[in-house]
Amino acid sequence: MRRLKALIKKEFHQIVRDPSSVMIAFILPLILLFLFGYGVSLDANRIDIGIVMQDNSPQVQSLIRAFENTSFLNAQVERDRREIEKQLVAGKLRGMVVIPTDFTRRLINPDDTAKLQVIADGSEPNTANFVQNYIRQTWVNWLLQSGLSEAMLTVDERVSIQPRFWFNPELESSHFLLSGSIAIIMTLIGTLLTSLVISREWERGTMEAMMATPVNIIEIILGKLIPYFVLGMSSMVICTIISIVVFGVPFRGSFITLAAVSAIFLITALQQGLLISTVAKNQFLASQMAFISGFLPAFILSGFVFEIKSMPAFVQAITYIVPAKYFVSCLQTLFLAGDIYSVIIPNVIGIMILGSVLFIVITRKTRKRLI
Amino acid sequence: MLNRIKNLVIKEFLAIWRDKKSRVILIVPPMLQLFIFSFAATLEVKNVPIAVFNRDTGRESWELVQRFEGSPYFTDIHYIYSDKAVKEYINSQKALMVIQINDDFSSRINSGQQAEIQLILDGRKTNVSQILAGYVNGIIDRYNRDIKPEAQVRRSSQNAIRKGKLTASPFLSPASRSEIVPRNWFNENLDYIWFTVPGIVGILTMLISLIITSLSVAREREFGTFDQLLVSPLESTEILIGKTVPAFIIGMLEGTFFIIAGIVFFNLPHEGSFLHLYFGMSVFLLAIIGIGLLISSVSKTQQQAILGAFAFMTPTIILSGYATPIENMPLWLQEFTVINPLKHFLIIIKGVLLKNVPFDVVLEHTIPIAVFAVISLSVSTRMFKQRLE
Repeated sequence: MRRLKALIKKEFHQIVRDPSSVMIAFILPLILLFLFGYGVSLDANRIDIGIVMQDNSPQVQSLIRAFENTSFLNAQVERDRREIEKQLVAGKLRGMVVIPTDFTRRLINPDDTAKLQVIADGSEPNTANFVQNYIRQTWVNWLLQSGLSEAMLTVDERVSIQPRFWFNPELESSHFLLSGSIAIIMTLIGTLLTSLVISREWERGTMEAMMATPVNIIEIILGKLIPYFVLGMSSMVICTIISIVVFGVPFRGSFITLAAVSAIFLITALQQGLLISTVAKNQFLASQMAFISGFLPAFILSGFVFEIKSMPAFVQAITYIVPAKYFVSCLQTLFLAGDIYSVIIPNVIGIMILGSVLFIVITRKTRKRLI
Repeated sequence: MLNRIKNLVIKEFLAIWRDKKSRVILIVPPMLQLFIFSFAATLEVKNVPIAVFNRDTGRESWELVQRFEGSPYFTDIHYIYSDKAVKEYINSQKALMVIQINDDFSSRINSGQQAEIQLILDGRKTNVSQILAGYVNGIIDRYNRDIKPEAQVRRSSQNAIRKGKLTASPFLSPASRSEIVPRNWFNENLDYIWFTVPGIVGILTMLISLIITSLSVAREREFGTFDQLLVSPLESTEILIGKTVPAFIIGMLEGTFFIIAGIVFFNLPHEGSFLHLYFGMSVFLLAIIGIGLLISSVSKTQQQAILGAFAFMTPTIILSGYATPIENMPLWLQEFTVINPLKHFLIIIKGVLLKNVPFDVVLEHTIPIAVFAVISLSVSTRMFKQRLE
């Protein structure tokens, strides 16, 4: 016990002395929260589009006004098609509407159909969908308002849809992104920080020095894990406070559940870091492995931005061994929905299984190395 | 002098190549990332579980449900029969959307009244649920158009004619008066892979060259071999070039490799000129190497260098438009992304591969990267010289 205390004390001294550990635990989470809060957004603002006006009649004028007045689009009107095309290729515009020369003539002629060409920039598929939808909406509204489509109005109302978004009626994407991003930050602290500090001991030879002392391997491991566990949990508290206070993310669960789930996740992440450092033994490799097995999967395979169910089956299978996947579900539920145990318990079990597997692997690896 | 640099470059390559683990790390993880993350990083929504709660027993609602069954977007539909189940399915995310049909649906449709369906969506996945609601909108739109009984249209058209708005055929629907012809350039089917692969290629190229440069000096410093370099006849500029060249060559090779893999395995189009692409890539690599050298010149330990690399990489990736579009960010942040070299490089890669952009567009985005490269390289050279002398 006394030895363990001394080891923990030593580790804390090291943390305080090297500012980069404090950076990883406190400054980096702040930067990341800020980036996820402002930089990652799925809510499209006004999208820049171009309108090629080859026809000029009162009808066309009113259609253009409709495009200019909608709050989803930012329309730029030109007569020359080439000018708009050039900007579309350069990525300055995300879509274009071509009003052909015969538009009015065909619109007035009852036996004809006035064609409106809409071209979206497919190199940004998500935005392209928005462009097509927004333009269509504006066009339908214009048809209705200008009386060209009264018949549609009554038919349209036959079935109406009442959507209700539970847990996030304002449809604020930062709410679920920020709560999910805490999982990424915790993964980073757990894997990167621990794997770095332990591989540093190997690299500098201080690990061997420590093994020559009477401390046993369990004490060495605990002496590493406990200080970083404390560091990680404090960083968790900071992230939670900032998400709630600064970014206005609601918190509908209980803090006790949050603390319990986070602690279980953090232990797993720390073990992952430990395993990396026993395999890697130098900081370059450790950092790469932490990045590739920790940060990137937590970012891309956790369901935090990208929906897991929409991925191909083999990628979905891989997500089951990403601890952050389970933690993201827990966090989003705890923040936005509340203590729903039918979500939390299965996910916690998932984290615990991964944690136990890691634990078994680590004790095996470490024992082998010492004998 | 050239000879000395050549030897230094060879030494650097050996230092990277001799270690089996770092050899593996340069090849295996990037491949895994390219093949796994390209598939994963999709904002498309399909195969998501949904549930239907049909309170109505009539034929019309059954027909509507068949339309949901027939939609390619909904492959995993559950049927539930109570309010309690609605709550349970949404709460525990067994379904991300519940479509609820009222019990008077069929009778209302048959009597020409307005019928209502409710969607209950999981706000924890706001983006997904919005897209799901969009799909339902589309299906209902079609349904509305298909079920319009003749009498209904005639009545409303007659109304319209009375108001003096429609002048011709009473059966005229708006679709026949004006019509949208939608097209998507550069990626006709909006294939997401074509969007993610160029992004991943850019990110991986950056990652590798940044890690190699930022860590090589820090490691030498930690091991003390840097002092040996200093007492050798090499000048500081030569040392810098010796550190730059291997990272540049490795970055170029890996970048080429990723692009070929993208074209071979993902059928990525390659419309534009590779000369333009390599022009952009070489300037981009210089900018990244400049940052890597800057990081290694200010950090005393490898841990600090790794942290520095990470602190540069994360904002650069997130604010590059790779995961979510730059246009969605607040304006002040959008303006800030002008200095992000990765943002410009991604525009160049996508522009050349998908859009065959003219050279002036490539140039327009290479200039900010070049400015970045000049600044980062000259600042890091200065920092180095200060430390060396």
